[in-house]
Order: sequence, then C-alpha cells, then structure tokens
Amino acid sequence: MISFLDFEKPIAELEARIAELRATADGSDLDIDGEIGRLEKKSAAMLAATYAKLTPWQKTQVARHPQRPHFLDYIRLAFTDFVPLAGDRTYGEDAAIIGGFATLDGRKVMVMGHEKGHDTPSRIKHNFGSAKPEGYRKAIRLMEMASKFGLPVVTLVDTAGAFPGVEAEERGQAEAIARSTEACLALGVPMVSAIVGEGGSGGAIAIAAANTVLMLEHSVYSVISPEGASSILWRTADKAADAATAMKVTAQDLLALNVIESIVPEPNGGAHRDPAATARTLAEAIGRELDALSGRSAAELVRQREERFLAIGSL
Amino acid sequence: MRRTGQKAVSKALFLQDWYETEMSWLSKVRNSISSLAKRDTPDNLWMKCPSCGEMLFAKDFEANLSVCPNCQHHGRIRTKTRFDLLLDDGYSVLPTPKVPENPLNFRDTKKYPDRLKAARAANPYPDALTNAAGTIDGRKAVLGVQDFAFMGGSMGMAVGEAFVAGVEKAVADNCAYIICTAAGGARMQEGILSLMQMPKTTVATRRLAAAGLPYIVVLTDPTTGGVTASYAMLGDVQIAEPGALIGFAGQRVIQDTIREKLPDGFQRAEYLHAHGMVDMVVHRKDLKGTLATLLGYLERKEVA
Ligand SMILES: [Zn+2]
Repeated sequence: MISFLDFEKPIAELEARIAELRATADGSDLDIDGEIGRLEKKSAAMLAATYAKLTPWQKTQVARHPQRPHFLDYIRLAFTDFVPLAGDRTYGEDAAIIGGFATLDGRKVMVMGHEKGHDTPSRIKHNFGSAKPEGYRKAIRLMEMASKFGLPVVTLVDTAGAFPGVEAEERGQAEAIARSTEACLALGVPMVSAIVGEGGSGGAIAIAAANTVLMLEHSVYSVISPEGASSILWRTADKAADAATAMKVTAQDLLALNVIESIVPEPNGGAHRDPAATARTLAEAIGRELDALSGRSAAELVRQREERFLAIGSL
Repeated sequence: MRRTGQKAVSKALFLQDWYETEMSWLSKVRNSISSLAKRDTPDNLWMKCPSCGEMLFAKDFEANLSVCPNCQHHGRIRTKTRFDLLLDDGYSVLPTPKVPENPLNFRDTKKYPDRLKAARAANPYPDALTNAAGTIDGRKAVLGVQDFAFMGGSMGMAVGEAFVAGVEKAVADNCAYIICTAAGGARMQEGILSLMQMPKTTVATRRLAAAGLPYIVVLTDPTTGGVTASYAMLGDVQIAEPGALIGFAGQRVIQDTIREKLPDGFQRAEYLHAHGMVDMVVHRKDLKGTLATLLGYLERKEVA
C-alpha cells in the first residue's frame, strides 16, 4: 500500500474510489471492469501530470518518501552476488553506510551507499542513513581495496547528512569526511555515483566525488536542507519550500548547473511506486557509465575527476 | 528520534550567529575604523573581554595581538593583521580570483549580490579568503587567511578558487601553503556550488602533496561545517589557536539530537587536541615561530 504525500490528495481519493469499486465488483455480478479501467487511466494520467511539474519542495518529499527504495533494495533488485564487508578496522562497524563486492550485469564492482532503513528497528540499526566517522572510514578502506584490485566503485547516495553527535565529533567526523572525499579523488579505478534519494551535504559528497555523477529524476542534492536554510536565511521554519527553490536542489537544476552528468528517469509517480523498474533503469544507467570509463588508465581517471571538480566555480 | 533535516541545520549555525550580529558587527567595524583613522585609538575606547569580562583598553588588546592579557582569550583578527603577524615585511597580497557571481540568482530576505556588496563595502578584500606570498623568518611560503568578518568566512566559489590559486602559487614557487581557517560553513547562497568546493579544494591539497610540498593548517575561531570537513582537516601538520571552536556539526543541533548536556570544552581547540585531531594548540604570540620551525623540518631535501 503506497502512502500518499500531501500534494497527491486528488490521486489518493481517486485510488480509494477504484479500490471501493473493485471490492464491490468482487462480491457481485456487476460488470464494472470498464469503469475501473477508465478510472485507472485517469489516475495514471493525473499522477503523470502531477509528477511532471513537481516543485523542488515536493521533490524533496518524494526523495524522502519512506517507501522510496533504499540501498539494500537496489542491492537486491539490481546487483547479484553481493558480499558485504564490515568495519573500519579502527573503531567499529557503522551500518549507516553499507558496502561490499557485487556484480552489476556481469561487471564486478565495489558498491557502497547510505541505507536509511524501512521500519523503526531497521531505521535505528542504520541510524536513519546518517553515518559516523567509522562509516566514512569503512568507505575509505573499501575504496582503497577497490583501487588495489582494479574493481570500479559504485556509490548510491541517500542521506540527510552525516550524524551530528558528541562521539561522532570526538572521533573526527570532519576529518573522516575530508579523507573519504580525498579517497574518492585518489581512486585509480572508475567511480560512478548516483544520488538516489537525498544528497545531504558533506555526508553525501564524502562518497560522491566521482568521475560521473547521476541523479534519479526526483532525488535532491544540496549543501543544507531546505528546512535548515529556511531557519537561517529567512529566520523562520516555514520557508523550506522557498529555500528549496532558491537553492536549486533538484536533479534538473543540477544538470543545468553542470554538477551532474545525467538524470535517470523514474517510473510514473516516483521510484517508490515501482522499485524493481527503478532499479533496472538505474543499473543500466550505471552500467553504461562504467563502460564509458573502462579502458582508461588510472592517471587519466584521476585527472578527469580532478578537472571535473576544479571546473566548478571557475570562470 | 531525529527529524529529517535537523542535522543539516548544523553547519550553518555559526553562520546564523554571524547573520544575527551582522549589522552590529559591521557598524562596530566601521566605527572603529573611522575613529582609528581620525585620532588613533583613543585612550577612552574600552572593551569587555567576551571570555572573562575584564574591561580592557581596546588599544592594549590590539597591541597584545587581540589576546586578553587577563585570560588569554584569543579574539578574532582580520586578514591584514594575520599577514602582518605571520609574514616577514615585504610580502605581497595575491589577487583574489574572479568567479561567476550569483549563478543561482539567489535571493532570501535579501538578494545575494546585495549581501556581497555590503560585505565588500565593509571589508578590504573582495571575498572571505585572501592569499599572500612571502617569507616566514626567511622561509618561503604562501599564506591564505579566511576572514570571519566577510559573510562568516563562508566557503563559496570565491573561497574555493582562492584556495586553489594559493596552492598553485605555492607549487609554482616550490614552497609551503599555510591556511588560517575561519568559517561558519558553506555559503548557502551558492547552494550546491558551495558544496562542490569541498572536493575542489581537496584536489588542490592533493596536488600540493604530489609536489612534495608542506601543507599546514592553522585552525582559528570558529572553523565549522564544510570547511572543517575538507581542507581544514587535511594538513600535514594541524595547529589550532587556543579556545578556537572547531567542529563539523553545530552545538545546538547536536544538543537537539542527543538531548544531553555537552561535555565541558566540547569542540574547543584543547578538546580536539586531547582527542587526537590536532597536533598542537599554539598561542598567537608563538605562532610565527612555530610555523618557521615546522617549515624548517618540512623543507624538501634535495636528492643528490
Ligand atoms: Zn579575558
């Protein structure tokens, strides 16, 4: 059962009517298949129309939808032979970032990404996708291993941000993020990142300083959350929608700003309405980018990555 | 549990501090500059140490490197003061690179170009990071200084590009790059483009390392958010000024998340030193000598 967002209310009402009709039809001889079919078409059209013109703030809500596919869903739906690897060898294992060996349509890769969890126990286990220093240090360890064994790196980014806590600060949250970003830039193998939900600031870039960066159609990527920008710049909590627009957080905005290479389309009504189809499209897009980068030398890959980021903000 | 979005407030909380005091601070700077110009520092100009509350003559405080003689509180100092303090006479200030202005066409309660204009009117340099090339006790170095008075030291494209330019100059001159950091975080008005300065500046630190040249970071009050989570934590040697606030997340956000009292001295220079995040906490009066000693050890040994 899909949970509807506020702006989907007319669609939710229509879907409720369809469900009602279906229940009625089940218990009677009435032939109302035609009517149901007509309403379903109408619902799909409304959904398409709504999603074709989502505001940046609505996209933020879609990107945060609790039923949106997360890292482990993509592992299940898009990758095979996943071998999870744990721990930073220094302090602990942080389940907010998961990673390991995996196969993507025949290509052996090192895959890692934020996992937010899908219910209360798993959200707590994965700390809502907000990683601590050990999560980033594990990412560094896996990236270095990937480089050593010639495995391309794929990252799936989906975090509100790195965890803000006393212990995270004490163990060097800032240093861990800085070193993880550095590890991305140093990779002698191809690296492709996809923002699949929220790309939340430093906690996101730490595993997204890649050769190629993709975004799912309704994902968002920003330096601060719209709520945060609202409270600081407008001094009120209720300007998040304005902040989302002003900061240009959508995949379409970022493509126009040359911060990402391409947008991966989502099914009608967003990734959460068809995780399997989303995973397939994403896998194909990542595969294409990996193939485009294959055959380049380590030095070329490093150079291309460096030039990519040096160009941002240069005249 | 935590609400989504709460965390992201963190790195800008220090910027919020800056926005809140923006007007009073700017007018204070303007007034003090004008009064200084007219009649030197008047003997009757008093100030209160923000740390111990002692009443001090502004003139004495400034003569003491803006360090409180009573409690050793290190006040924030301006870029030129920092250059004069750390570089030998005869240094040259490098031009601030030009960057695209306002590519997001950003406007909050004010237009971004208006905020920039106000900041430029109140500051001697065109953005928050300025480099100078010179010597430190005779040893060549390029020194970058971030000024909190310029929009909270916030990192946007101009800061990123200036950092890269400073490193390039150091590589061209075959010398160290030293950065004195101060920032409330990212320049929100530049959105994602400010975030992208984190990897961009990291490309520069890697090039310095590839050239075998030293990179020294001096963390000054405050250094937070995306600046801390990129070039401010990547030095070969990490120095902090006493009492400097240094961290990734803002204290209020952390408090909202954990709902416990923060430890004494949390995110201060001495606390970071105790937790292994900086090599040393150095009093401002000893900073130049320390840098000179470090440069002596880090000089490239010529292979015969
Ligand atoms: Zn004092």
